[in-house]
Amino acid sequence: MNGWSALDRFLRTDPRDVGCGEAMEMLHIYAELAAAGAPVEERYPGVAAHLRACGPCSEDFEGLLAAVRGQAH
Amino acid sequence: MTEHIAAVAGLDADSAEWPEALAGTGPRREEALARLHGLLLRIARGEVARRGPRLQLSGPELDDLAYQAAADALIAIISKLRQFRGESRFTTWAYKFVIFEVSAKIGRHFWRHPSVRLDAEGWERLPDRFGFDPAQEAEWRDLLAALRRAVDEELTPRQRRVFVAIVLNNVPLDALVIEMSSNRNAIYKTLFDARRKLWAALAANGYIANDGWRRS
Repeated sequence: MNGWSALDRFLRTDPRDVGCGEAMEMLHIYAELAAAGAPVEERYPGVAAHLRACGPCSEDFEGLLAAVRGQAH
Repeated sequence: MTEHIAAVAGLDADSAEWPEALAGTGPRREEALARLHGLLLRIARGEVARRGPRLQLSGPELDDLAYQAAADALIAIISKLRQFRGESRFTTWAYKFVIFEVSAKIGRHFWRHPSVRLDAEGWERLPDRFGFDPAQEAEWRDLLAALRRAVDEELTPRQRRVFVAIVLNNVPLDALVIEMSSNRNAIYKTLFDARRKLWAALAANGYIANDGWRRS
């Protein structure tokens, strides 16, 4: 990623972005569906938009997804 | 509690069993608490190990952080047991708390060995933050100067503070939450509004066209 695309990615906001509060509230549902291979980005576009833009929530999602997948093994 | 759990349709047996046992009394509750703590500790250890390479934390500190996260998550889960609505497995819902606790504790840990000063404004680091090539400075110099002007002129003092901390000083958002006695949602919203304003300012000044950036 070069400077132009990184700046673009940082400054461009998605109006569907639900914010951290709602994303955190939904995260267990979203992660479990994602682990099962469900089309979560279509079902919860606002949460998906948020996870693309918010580093900390995305990190939590990755951690929860890893936990759910690990539990299944 | 039992009535609440019974009302949740489609709950798997294990997920129905957990809240009942945890809300009960006696040895059954004690056994459930110990079992849940064990699961939370395993998840916390896995999570700090996953994030560990990117943190300035040693082995014992990581394990201590995992223990604290598991203990605090257990307390949070017990106090919020009635909020479990069976929309996921109980363990998935519970693991969310321990993941959040790991994040919060990593945020707090940042200030034990802070590598930045919040009052510093490293504007010279801005090109590097976004990965602009110094060899092509002629292309981006005006744009970043305009961005700095917009930060100074368009943002509120709070938005500017959040922008400087996160973008210029590379302070993790969860660490800034601690410093500003705020919460993740509020800091994110402040930065979200700042990003929107900066985009609008750059567009109004001709740096962004319909098909993307207008380079010098």
